[in-house]
Amino acid sequence: MQVPPLVQELIQATNEEAVLWRPEDLMLYEYDALSSRRPPEAVVFPATTQQVAAVVKVAARHHCPVIPRGAGTGLSGGAVALEGGVVVSLARMNQILEIDLENQRARVQPGVVNQDLSLAVADAGYYYAPDPSSQKACTLGGNVAENSGGPHTLAYGVTTNHVLGLEVVLPDGCVIRTGARYWDRPGYDLTGFIVGSEGTLGIVTEIVVRLMRLPEAVKTLLAIYDSVADATATVAAITAHGITPAALEMMDGLMLRAIEAATHAGYPLDAAAVLLIELEGLREAVEEEADSITAVCGAHRARQVRVARRAEERELLWRGRKNAFGAIGRLTPSFYVQDGVIPRTRLPQMLDYIAGVERRYGLRIGNVFHAGDGNLHPLIMFDSRDAQQVRHAVKAAEEIMGKCVELGGSITGEHGVGIEKNELMPLIFSEEDLAVMRKLKQVFNPQNLLNPGKVLPSGKMCGEVRVQVSLGS
Amino acid sequence: MTQSNYSPREKPRWETYSKCIHCGLCLNACPTYRELRQEMDSPRGRIYQMIQVDRGALALGPSFVRHIDLCLDCRACETACPSGVEYGRLVELARSQIARHYRRPLRSRLLRRLFLAGLLPHRRRLECVGMILRAWQQSGLEQLVLQSHLLEALSPRLARIARLAPRLEKPFFTRQLGHVVPARGSRRYRVAFFAGCIANLAFARLNEATLRVLAENGCEVVIPKEQGCCGALQVHAGLRDLARRLARRNLEAFLAEDWDAVITNAAGCGSVLKEYPLLFEEEQPELHPQALRFSSRVKDVTEYLAGIDFNRALGPVPARATYQDPCHLAHAQRIRSAPRQLLRAVPGLELVELKEAEVCCGSAGIYNVVENEMAERLLAAKMRRIDETQADLILTANPGCLLQLRAGVAGSKNPARRVMHVVEVLDKAYQTSP
Ligand SMILES: Cc1cc2nc3c(=O)[nH]c(=O)nc-3n(C[C@H](O)[C@H](O)[C@H](O)COP(=O)(O)OP(=O)(O)OC[C@H]3O[C@@H](n4cnc5c(N)ncnc54)[C@H](O)[C@@H]3O)c2cc1C
Ligand code: SF4
Ligand code: SF4
Repeated sequence: MQVPPLVQELIQATNEEAVLWRPEDLMLYEYDALSSRRPPEAVVFPATTQQVAAVVKVAARHHCPVIPRGAGTGLSGGAVALEGGVVVSLARMNQILEIDLENQRARVQPGVVNQDLSLAVADAGYYYAPDPSSQKACTLGGNVAENSGGPHTLAYGVTTNHVLGLEVVLPDGCVIRTGARYWDRPGYDLTGFIVGSEGTLGIVTEIVVRLMRLPEAVKTLLAIYDSVADATATVAAITAHGITPAALEMMDGLMLRAIEAATHAGYPLDAAAVLLIELEGLREAVEEEADSITAVCGAHRARQVRVARRAEERELLWRGRKNAFGAIGRLTPSFYVQDGVIPRTRLPQMLDYIAGVERRYGLRIGNVFHAGDGNLHPLIMFDSRDAQQVRHAVKAAEEIMGKCVELGGSITGEHGVGIEKNELMPLIFSEEDLAVMRKLKQVFNPQNLLNPGKVLPSGKMCGEVRVQVSLGS
Repeated sequence: MTQSNYSPREKPRWETYSKCIHCGLCLNACPTYRELRQEMDSPRGRIYQMIQVDRGALALGPSFVRHIDLCLDCRACETACPSGVEYGRLVELARSQIARHYRRPLRSRLLRRLFLAGLLPHRRRLECVGMILRAWQQSGLEQLVLQSHLLEALSPRLARIARLAPRLEKPFFTRQLGHVVPARGSRRYRVAFFAGCIANLAFARLNEATLRVLAENGCEVVIPKEQGCCGALQVHAGLRDLARRLARRNLEAFLAEDWDAVITNAAGCGSVLKEYPLLFEEEQPELHPQALRFSSRVKDVTEYLAGIDFNRALGPVPARATYQDPCHLAHAQRIRSAPRQLLRAVPGLELVELKEAEVCCGSAGIYNVVENEMAERLLAAKMRRIDETQADLILTANPGCLLQLRAGVAGSKNPARRVMHVVEVLDKAYQTSP
């Protein structure tokens, strides 16, 4: 087979082993965790920032889109080559470059897997706080691009609160550094701008992150309820009591049963809902908070509040929670996961609404979410082989998202916009807001070669297509 | 949709692979992905390729075969997968298709046939080859050759593989087949022991230690005479007909009596013995019920001991130890705590947890021979983690892993470290018990 010129140049910019171009290899890059579309024209694995820059320049010469990719666990299609082009995989740039414990900093390459960083500093008593449920697989570069959160976001914030500086390759191949290691530099906060930009402004090639000390004490509570409404009412009540748990998660009965089948974590099978609550801090404070939370749960008719006694028990409960999305494969052939945000005081109202949607369309909807943040993940289950069900799933999703916005919330909490939510952006932004975003993007990505078709609305795709995308069909 | 590139029988099926929601949570658990960081060599990617072959979109050709070959069948992806994808089943069926429909180069075909079909299933032949090999090892010729760097000159790969060869241990365990070992003290259980194939020659002392430990725990141990190779390597290589023949022999040998358990000290054998029913799902389904009955009895020795109230009259074994999970124990059989429970009961043994203990050491049956380069990379990564623990005693629970880790230790800066099976530690502890 003839090696295309683009590929030859990419090989010159890197080396033979760093470029994939045969169709049988490229087909493995037509998907991420959301969708599967068309394969790219090449996949490159640069080893250094210089190689990333060289690769980007080659692509620019060929007027070819560039799509950055980490582990491909993204849930909004951000890493797929919507319009063809070159996928730049950062997966092999996975060195931890520097660990500076005195200053609680680490400098890493973007391909380092989230959990591997925590593992590397655990013995010294540190960890990296943002903990997306996909942390055992997703990369820090992907986390930066998606501004990922996780259960512990409630207390510690999302990725942007833990990233201090970046090295970024722009689409024309020039390399910039943003932020600083120890204190704020004057000028615009470019770091903050690039975090969450979903690979549409530049390719992140180095990240300086904050490390945190492992807490002295951790306590995990499981509050079990016979009614969803009681569980959601508890959430607002806990924070009203002035307690901010490190994590506050809710799962409904449907999800509990799937999770339990997947992990045997010891979740009750007959409950209507549970809250998984984690407290961290100094030993005495944690004990006190645990007592008050138990009281609040009791006041809201929790059937039982269980405290994990050993570390293994805690880990098991969390493993169950973190595997929740995956576990849904056991319940249904297809599902459409939403990522809405609402003020947590509106949770009871929102869940009532979702139950109504469920009844109206005759589809099952599972709920598992970061309750403390009001970040919902309704999972709409259906069979993709049934056209009617597909239509209903799309409608159901749209109504749920619409309700989130109506209640003063947003259409994505942490999964990003990508190619899934970009057409919904006008729901939460005015034309003026979007115009400013477009102009800013122009500055970094004037030719629109970097991750085109993502984040900002193109006005091209309708809901039906979107859900097809998210089903991978 | 075009036609499937698989033949209809024993192929990866929609019912199994459609459970994969391509979430990618398995990626970093996969040893080959960890090394290569490309989708084709990840579990998600391998499943995707299997699907494409079934859809007729990818040929059952060299590219597919390459990536499926490189899979260790370690099943770490099953542990990582929240969706319950039975990857082991998928890859074994994919390999069966490859074995039937893909023509490998002559040399590799001959080697596979010779070893998997010509040697392992036959006790007499094994003994013969064992005698010759042992004479070679005893004569000092092996040492001489290994030290002379002659092999390196011929082929560096061959030299590396030669270092993996097990020490053959006379007297061979084959002599014990058909024997019954009485329980020490009062008899509480009557169990059957599965002796393996090569283990009869290369792990004769380990097998004996296992018998002693079982006896210490009130087990009368019967070693059925007509048993043979479990068929694990054949299943992994996709030779299912051959594996079924071997399975039938074991069903006959072990179903003669209702044992309290059928016990093995080899995680690789145990996992396939427990999965005999899979072999009889599509072919010879009349044997499926028997296979189910048999497999429900099979227990890994660590699982069995931790499950009965094991004899805690253990003497001290002073050492700083660490434990490497054998993949076919931790991932295929989901047994992680039993061996640790046993080890924690041994006085003087300080158990330091090994980071990434659940990542394959690269042994994986004959993988370290046929895919030596990847196996060496995995071993190097494993040894770095082992070094971190500063353990002087390295423990595991599967003969294949013992060989691989011994090769790793021998080639390391600290070759004095010992590598032992968990059962051997218990055996020692019972012997030093006051
Ligand atoms: C089961 C499951 C659970 C999840 N749970 C959570 C959760 O709790 N919280 C959460 O926030 N997310 C969650 N996610 C979504 C996903 O894991 C995160 O968005 C994650 O940050 C993506 O990382 P990745 O390395 O896989 O990136 P990819 O999927 O490869 O890429 C994601 C986006 O980032 C861009 N990108 C990747 N690397 C770079 C780089 N170096 N420079 C510039 N752009 C880059 C890509 O172009 C793409 O747009 C979950 C996903 C799954 C499958
Ligand atoms: S095998 Fe499991 S973990 Fe891996 S991508 Fe498929 S569903 Fe996800
Ligand atoms: S069995 Fe092991 S090597 Fe094969 S795909 Fe799964 S994790 Fe990777």
